[in-house]
Amino acid sequence: MSAERTDARGALRAAERTGAELRLEGLTVGYGGAPVLRGVDVRVPAGTIVALLGANGAGKTTLLRTVSGLLPAASGRIVFDGVDLAGVSVEDRARAGLAQVPEGRSVVAELTVDENLRLGGLQRFRGRRLTAAVDGIYGMFEPLARRRRAAGHQLSGGERQMLALGRAIIAEPRVLLLDEPSLGLAPRVVAQIMAVLRGLRDERGLTVLLAEQNVTSALAVADHGVVLNLGEVVADRPAEDLRTDSALRHAYLGF
Amino acid sequence: MDRLLFLLATGLARGAIFALFALALVLIWRAARVVNFAQGAMAVVAVYVAFAVTGLTGSYWIGLASALVAGGLMGLVVERGVMRFASHASPLSGVIIAIGVVMVLQSALGIAFGSNTRPMEAPFSESPIVIGGVPVLSPYDLFVLILAVGLMGVLALLFTRTSLGLQLRASAFAPEVSRLLGVRVTRMVTAGWVLASAVGALAALLLVPTELGLNPHSADMLFVSAFTVAVVGGLDSPPGALIGGLAVGVLISLVTGYLGATVAPIAVLVLLVAVLLVRPGGLFATTEARTA
Repeated sequence: MSAERTDARGALRAAERTGAELRLEGLTVGYGGAPVLRGVDVRVPAGTIVALLGANGAGKTTLLRTVSGLLPAASGRIVFDGVDLAGVSVEDRARAGLAQVPEGRSVVAELTVDENLRLGGLQRFRGRRLTAAVDGIYGMFEPLARRRRAAGHQLSGGERQMLALGRAIIAEPRVLLLDEPSLGLAPRVVAQIMAVLRGLRDERGLTVLLAEQNVTSALAVADHGVVLNLGEVVADRPAEDLRTDSALRHAYLGF
Repeated sequence: MDRLLFLLATGLARGAIFALFALALVLIWRAARVVNFAQGAMAVVAVYVAFAVTGLTGSYWIGLASALVAGGLMGLVVERGVMRFASHASPLSGVIIAIGVVMVLQSALGIAFGSNTRPMEAPFSESPIVIGGVPVLSPYDLFVLILAVGLMGVLALLFTRTSLGLQLRASAFAPEVSRLLGVRVTRMVTAGWVLASAVGALAALLLVPTELGLNPHSADMLFVSAFTVAVVGGLDSPPGALIGGLAVGVLISLVTGYLGATVAPIAVLVLLVAVLLVRPGGLFATTEARTA
């Protein structure tokens, strides 16, 4: 291991658990053929919510998976709290406070609600503090508290999304990546999830990168909106502009 | 009636060994999605270590402890050394690598110790205790049963009550999600191999004194029986390994007692085929099949 990498890991560990800035610089990602992302620049300032918008296939999921380290970048940099993440493993990124809720809710079907939450928290807390952290999540999502002994595969779609989100935030991440959390959920549950994100930003200063096709819900909580089209950033505006300027919305988001 | 009782009791003791060995197969299957065909040979290496250590120290118990350590080390070396590099694209590559490991280990044992069978002493008497004129089971059988059931209880607690167990299970069920939560999945896979190989080594150590003795092929039949147990119980199911192990042990004991030892392997294969026809996933397979 190079000295540079050791320093990077040390810097990541020592950091405080408030929101951190995430910056993507000229990120290009390809699965072998034509690149899926081409020179993408995105800045998510600490303590803000940035909505990542775009149609199916625009590259949103690829972008998130590259940031969390599941996919390698062909070129470009991912900078987390001032530290270049090149060469840092998926596990170390997660331990440093980069949490991802993957698409499809990703609840471990064979584990109970309680076990899923403990799994999310145990890299950061042990013993009583872990139990307290789990109880904190139950306080945030009442429906989960009633199902703590249920296995993941017995949960409804809304319960799964709450569990996936609860499991990602239990370890007090610094940056949260969310891939389509509203997919297939009732509007009431979507509103609840967006309210939790807003609360985390306002109270803890959490940084959120929120990939969504549900543009209205995403822009309602976001500070900023980035629109991807065919792997390139075509708009990067304050959420307010995208919400209110119908010409902009029509040009970039098709409605 | 007396005979039935005796056959049932010895069958349970033998079955407990099958269950332990099958549990080792299940643990590795769950951790790495590989059927560890090398487990018999790896376990025999550990039993040779125990044999040597017991010979040097005169203590069965130090030998037993060294078999556990040697078994765990075998798991570490085989996983880190070769199995890690097996392609996950084809399930066959892991099997072929495992068979290669068997050949290497058995030849190495043959070169080092020769292929002759060495008798191994049990730490307790192997003649049955007689209760009310009925021979039931030997002190050694009792020891085997207690040790096997106790170890399985400890493993059950480890997997369900500890952070390590939670991470082991999560890594087995959902490796990608586990990594995203900061779990060091490759370490968990190694831990699964170490744990399973130690358990397999103990099973072989317990079996050898009840057989002719120790040679490089001592665990071959144990592997076949335990593989049947694992498939019958469901490769994903630790409770399946326990119940399947006891059932196969009793089956072999009854068939051997009433029909003769030569019929026993046929009975095991009939059971295997019957289960595969009726419930291909195993009797204790969970309803949601996992293809990923």
